[in-house]
Parts: sequence; C-alpha cells; structure tokens
Amino acid sequence: MIKELNRVSLGIGVLFGALFVSATVIQVFQVDNLRVDPRNVRTVYDSYATERGSILVGSTLIAESVPADDVFRYQRIYHGGGLYAPITGYYTINQGISGLEFAMNDKLSGQSNSQFFDQVMALVSGTDPRGASVKLTVNAAVQQAARDALGELTGAAIAIEPSTGRILALVSTPSFDPNDLASHDNGLVLSKYTSLVNSGSQPLINRAITGDLYHPGSVFKLVVAAAALDSGIMSEQSTVPNPAKLKLPLSGSSIRNWSGNSCGPEESVTIATALRLSCNIPFAEIGALVGESRIHDYAEAFGFGATVEIPMVVTPSTFPSGMDEAQLMLSAFGQFDVRVTPLQIAMVSSAIANGGVLMSPTIVDSVLARDLSPLAPFTPVEYSTPISPETAIVLRDMMVAGVSNGVASGARIRGVSVAGKTGTAENGEGQPYTLWFTGFAPAENPRVAVVVVVENGGGAGQSASGNSLVAPIARKIMEAVLAQ
Amino acid sequence: MSLSPNNTEYSTITEQLMLRLKVPTKLRNLEATLIIFAMIVTSAALALVDLGATGKLNTPIIGLTLGLGAIVLAMHIAQRFVARDADPLILPIVTLLNGLGIAMIHRLDISAGLTGWQANATRQMVWTAIAIVVAIIVIVVVRNHRVLQRYRYVWMLVGVGLLMLPLVPFIGTTINGARLWVNLGFVTFQPGEIGKIALALFFAGYLVTARDSLSVVGKRMFGVTWPRIKDLGPIFVVWGIAMLVLIFQRDLGTSLLYFGLFLVLMYVATGRAIWFVVGGGLFGTGALIASQFLTYVQGRFAAWLDSFNQENYDAVGGSYQLVQGLFGFASGGIVGTGLGGGHPGIVPLAESDYIMASLGEELGLIGVFAILTLFMLFVARGIRIGVNGADDFGRLLAVGLTFVIALQVFIVVGGVTRVIPVTGLTTPFLAAGGSSLVANWIIVALLLRLSDTVRHQREEAVGT
Repeated sequence: MIKELNRVSLGIGVLFGALFVSATVIQVFQVDNLRVDPRNVRTVYDSYATERGSILVGSTLIAESVPADDVFRYQRIYHGGGLYAPITGYYTINQGISGLEFAMNDKLSGQSNSQFFDQVMALVSGTDPRGASVKLTVNAAVQQAARDALGELTGAAIAIEPSTGRILALVSTPSFDPNDLASHDNGLVLSKYTSLVNSGSQPLINRAITGDLYHPGSVFKLVVAAAALDSGIMSEQSTVPNPAKLKLPLSGSSIRNWSGNSCGPEESVTIATALRLSCNIPFAEIGALVGESRIHDYAEAFGFGATVEIPMVVTPSTFPSGMDEAQLMLSAFGQFDVRVTPLQIAMVSSAIANGGVLMSPTIVDSVLARDLSPLAPFTPVEYSTPISPETAIVLRDMMVAGVSNGVASGARIRGVSVAGKTGTAENGEGQPYTLWFTGFAPAENPRVAVVVVVENGGGAGQSASGNSLVAPIARKIMEAVLAQ
Repeated sequence: MSLSPNNTEYSTITEQLMLRLKVPTKLRNLEATLIIFAMIVTSAALALVDLGATGKLNTPIIGLTLGLGAIVLAMHIAQRFVARDADPLILPIVTLLNGLGIAMIHRLDISAGLTGWQANATRQMVWTAIAIVVAIIVIVVVRNHRVLQRYRYVWMLVGVGLLMLPLVPFIGTTINGARLWVNLGFVTFQPGEIGKIALALFFAGYLVTARDSLSVVGKRMFGVTWPRIKDLGPIFVVWGIAMLVLIFQRDLGTSLLYFGLFLVLMYVATGRAIWFVVGGGLFGTGALIASQFLTYVQGRFAAWLDSFNQENYDAVGGSYQLVQGLFGFASGGIVGTGLGGGHPGIVPLAESDYIMASLGEELGLIGVFAILTLFMLFVARGIRIGVNGADDFGRLLAVGLTFVIALQVFIVVGGVTRVIPVTGLTTPFLAAGGSSLVANWIIVALLLRLSDTVRHQREEAVGT
C-alpha cells in the first residue's frame, strides 16, 4: 500500500506541476497578448488611472482630464464641442479611441518609452503619474473660420502652411460632441455611439483624412499638368487639338468640356488655357500623351498610394494602374477610378505653393512635459520633391490665372493674388456632384494652402459648381490666415 | 532515535513521563506559533486590501478576523486535550488559506460596494466560524476512526442521498447551469460537498473488505491482466452514479471528482493500476457519448479549446468568464497589482469559482505559487498520514480525504488556467461558500484525528 501511496502522491505532484506551468505560461509568457486583447477592459481602466495629458491649441486646452469620483479616477472633457472633434477624436471606455487620442495615445497616457523615466520618477517621488500633453499646429481663428464657412454643408476643409506642413485647420462636417462619448456611463455612451453610427451622415468619420475616398474631378488636373510639364513631355507652349467633342478610343462613349463647346476659340489649346478654363478634352489628350506610368510616378511623389500619418493615419489616395487608353483619358481629369482624400489634394497645392517641395503635413506642434514646456521643438520634415521649382512657378501662374481670369473666380481676394483650382466631380448618372476647391495665397509668397470639399453637390444636386459654392468657402479660410 | 521513549538513556520512569509530555507539547506549540503567524498574514492582507482599495483602514473587519483566530485557537486547545499528537501543520495551513480567501472576498465586496450582512466576506467569516465549530465537534466526538468503518453502508446511503438531493423537485436548484444546490428556503447549500466526505468514508470502508476479491487476477488479454468480470460490479455502479451527475446535474467537475476518488482508492487498496485503465476508459467513453447529446458539455469543450474565438466568447455559458479570468491573471503578471490595486471584480463569480484568478491578479504569479504550495504542503501532510497509517482503513481514508482536496484544487484551478475545461466546483478553503467550508473543515478534523491516532498508537505500541 505504501508503494501505491507514493505513486498517488507522484500523480498529484504531476497535476500540481501542470497548474504551476499553466499559471506561469499565462502570467509570464502570454501577458503581452492578453493585455492588448481589445476585450480586456483592464487595459482601459489602467489607462484611466493615470492623468491623461491635455491637447492644446495655442495655449488653450481643447481636451483635458479632470479628477472623477469613480473607478476610472479621471474624466476626459473636451472644450469646444464639435469644433475640434474631427482632430481630437473620442476617448471611450468600451467603444474604442479615435483621432489624435488614438494616434498619440502612448504619449498622452504616459506609456511611451521616452516617458519611462518620468513614470519611474513619479513612482519614486509619490506623485501621480501623468501623461504628456500635445500641442497642435492648429490656429484657433482659422479652425473657427473654416468651421463657420462650411456651415451646414457636408464635407471637409484643410488649411496647411506650405513651407512647414503645419496644419492650421482641419474640419469635417457634420461633427459630434466627444463629451457624449467620454461619459463613464456605459449605457449612455453605447446609445449615443449607436445613434451616431446609424445617423447616415457619419459624423464620427473624419472626411478630411479617412472615410470614403472622393473622386477628385478637375483638381486632379494639377497632378496631370505637373507630370506633363515637369517630365518635359509638354512645354508651356505645347498645344493639343481642341474639339468640342472627343470620342474615346475603343469605346462607344465620347466626352465633352463643361461648357459643352471647345476650350476657347483656338484650333489648338495650351495647358495654361485648359487649366484656367478647366477643360476635360485637352486634359484627356494630355493624359494620353504623358502616359499612365508617368502620371502614376508623379502622383506617388505627391503622396498617392502612401500611408501618411499626421499622426492620425490618412487613407492612401489611389491612381489606378493597368488602364486602357479610354480609362487613362478619363482618369486624367479625375474621373474613372482616381480616388483621393482632401488632405492629398491639399498636399498637391502645398507642394506647388512651396516651390515644388512637399513638406510632411502634421497637426502636432510639440509634445509638452508636465509643466507644459515642449519636450522637443517643432521641426519641419520634407516629404518629397515632386516637381522642380520652375514647374512649380509655371503651375502657380496657371492657377493664379484660373482665379483672376478663369473658372475659379469665386476665390478672389482683394489686393492678394490667389492661386486656385476648382473641381466638380461626377459620381455617376444622376448622382449629386462632389465639389472641390484647392489653392493657396498669397501666390508669390504662400502662407496658406487650402482644400475644401463639399459632398452631395452642397444639396443642390448637379446644379452647383466648385466655383460657385466651394471657392468662397476657401476664400474665407485663406482670409482668416492672411488676417493673422 | 535519541528522543524515542524507549531509549536507554531515559530509563527512569520520571524521565519517560517528562518526555511523553514534552514531545506532544512541542508539536502543539509549533502549531500555535504557526496559527498566530497565519493570523498575522491574514490581518495584514485585510489591512492591505482596505488600504489599497479605499486608502483607509477598516478596523472592524480585522477585529472580526481576530475573532476567527480565537476560534481556530479554540480548536488548537481542543486538540491539546483530545488529539495531542495530531499533525501540527494542517491547521495553520488551512487557517492561512481560509484567511487569504476572506481577504480576497472582502476585496471583491469593496469593488461591488457590498457592506454589512450583504457582504460575502461577512458571511464567509460566519461560515468559517460554523465550520470550525463543526470541526471541533468532529474531533472531540470521533475519538477512534475505526468506528467510522463500522457505518460504511450508512455513509453510502448518506453519500448517494446527498449527491442526488439536488435532483429532488422543488428543493433542487440550478445555479449557473449546474444543478448542484439545494434550497430549503432559509439556506442554500451544495450537498455534494458533504457527500464527498461520506463517499470517501464509504469507499475506504468498503474497499478494505472488498480488496482481496478485487485484487484477484483475471484473464490475460492483449498482454494485460484484466480484472474478473464479476468484480466489475462496484466500478460500474460508481460509474453509473458519476454519469447520472454528469447528465442530470450537468456538472463535469463533480462527476470527475467522485469517480476519480473511487479509482484512486481502488488502486491504493488493490495495488492494481489496471483499474485506472478500466475506469478511465469507462469515464472517457461515457463523457464522450454524453457530449454528443449534452450541448453544455460541447459548449464547455469549445470554450476551453478555442477560448478566444468571438463566437465562443459570446455564447451563453461560453468562454467570456474564462477569458476575463485570464485577463485578470495576465494583468497581475509576476508580482501582481497588489491587494486592492487590480480589477478582479470584472470576472463574474470572482469570489467563488474564479477566486484563483482574483488572487492571481492581485498577488501575481508569486501569490499563485505560494497558494498552490500551501495546498501541496497540505496534500503532502495528508498522504504522510496515509503512509504512516496504523490500519488499512485509516490509510485509505487519509488518502481519500486528501486526494479529494487535491483533485478539487486541480479541477478548479486547472479550469481557470485552461488546463482542463471549466467546471462548477469551488476552490477548497479559499472560495466563498458555506457548504464547501464546512465540508473541508470536517476533512481537516478527520485528518487531524487520523494523524493523532497514528502517532498515539505507535507510542502506545512502544510504551506498553
């Protein structure tokens, strides 16, 4: 019986050994996987336990954490309601985190590696650990002007400082109040979240950088013109035939200019005229001349196809490949499968404005320590040099003509030369247009590059144009910058 | 050998008498010291819980715990009179486990906002007091364990009766899918917990008499010597009962616990490992067939094997609780969040079925190891009592009672750490629950009685 008892205790030893091993596996080796599981609310609780850093515009707090008398210890509050919501995003307990709150989470929560020393010091000194604050490049007056100018329209607007890539304003409409989602009452948050998600107008989506990509329409002509001129395929003097109607090769359909007529009275037409009057037929011809791969290369140099982070992740814009000639011709004036974010178009304008050098767009000025002193000063970063300074000047002058003497007249500002390009993108038979304006001012020494997009034809179906409805909005945003 | 009473160095009667008084006093003094240590750890744990979770000390609850300490000391004093030679480690070990359990239950009360009589910790303390008083009664009344063997068929009836009690209409109650409870209006309890003691007594008593017949070698087939067909009766009966529990009470763990206990005792009694093969085959086949018809068994297996699958996670009775428990363990890591510093209350039933996950979260891997080590020490003492046993009934009973605790710990902790599928048993001494406490403290009393008899008899043998 003794032998059996010894074997039984050996067996029990094996059973307990299994428990020791499994506990070790869970508590040592699987810890990282289990901690990042989105269903693990402890991670969220822990992130609430430290005082989350603030988000600032200038010296004004637009998001901050204040002590709360519940298990979460801190309540996130947003000042300014929907004005900054597309930028800050929301910070919920169970419905996730978005926007800058998500993109800068490691800094705001104080969990980034660079803050490790601060955390240890806070522990040693007995002070509560606290996340770093983030100061935005956004200018409050410009942001407010952009928001006011868009009004009740559905769309987005961005203003960028071309020489630095600093985003001065970023608006997406309709917006939402992130305070509704920051509540610690889960039921309340869930019902609010569900109603926002189901509201049809998708207020939680930042149309400026994410969301469904838009047809760029005529604003894409800037990229095609840049490719044609910078590659040397065409010069300022080069012309293409100027018919009133063009039958697409190997296709039953034909295309027309917006006017329904030829592009000006001449037999043939230059890029300058085609851009100023925003004609489709000449650009279809130019696109065919330049070729898909070259347009593709220039589009990529402007940022197409790349995942840009501002630090929020921007959906990559696309220029299709493997097209036949008819598709290429449609793409050349921003139809077919060309799809863009408003930020991408702002980057194109910004590069032209900055003498051909594209600066990386960013919305973060600096990360601030506890005492709000910057941990590092802002340093502009070059993204690429898509075109030469000469091409940039030629394009700039063409865009100036578009505003002063062309179809972008709605953006004129008294005493300031404004460069601009409108777009009125078709979304299919009978569908309302997507209306665009992009440009910069002052043309000779640009302080701001803008893009404005309005969905659903601004509620006017197919009767409104980029110039009538959207150029004036852009004008107000540029004026707000110039008034600084 | 130098302390042995018949050593010639201590030949005078006075010296022998002195020695006999001294040896047991040493054991009891050691026990008293360790109990005081266990109470200090418990009070410290409670103080840390309140400091960690609320930032304030809660002196009344520490006072109540010291009251419990007094009851444990009463048991210790009772042993000085009726079981002087009992094992000195068992009582301190279970006191510490019981105390740590109360500290964690109190911690969960804080996060759930429960106070006064609503608080699980208050009830757990009352149940602990009742359980220890019952244990004192057992150790005082049962002076000779062999009496228990005489009533083996009574134990059988009591055991099976208690086991089947939850199936009785009107009083049987289903909690969390398992029909293991009885609700008498004024009190809800798990009769199976007491039933396991009765069955251990019956199995031990029965196998002592039946072992000779069960040990007889049968035919050789496939290179293995099989038992005789006519000896298969008892194992089939116990298997049938285990299957009834599995099907009608819907609890794999309870079923496995009783059947496992029987198999181990059968092996120890007969010395034939073939019973494990026969029993394992029977149970495995039964469980496999049952799983084809019982969706709860399928659900438990799916939740175990593929816990993180969203479908299993969302399923009713799925892996939600298990996964949340694992998150708790993970957030504890090696050193834990500290008592009062984690969020153990997120896991449903954190104070009973998932108390190990709660402890793992706040005390970390170190705490889990410490607790498992305490259980292993307890088991080691129990097996030792069996090895030293004066008679076969005592041996079988000691190993049976010890094994029941060991297996229950494995089934519960293995369930929450994903070694095996989750079942509806409670962690002995730690988990909130009155029936479990009373039953396990009775086991403590019986083991103490057996250990006293072992040493006492040996001394008598050499002394007379």
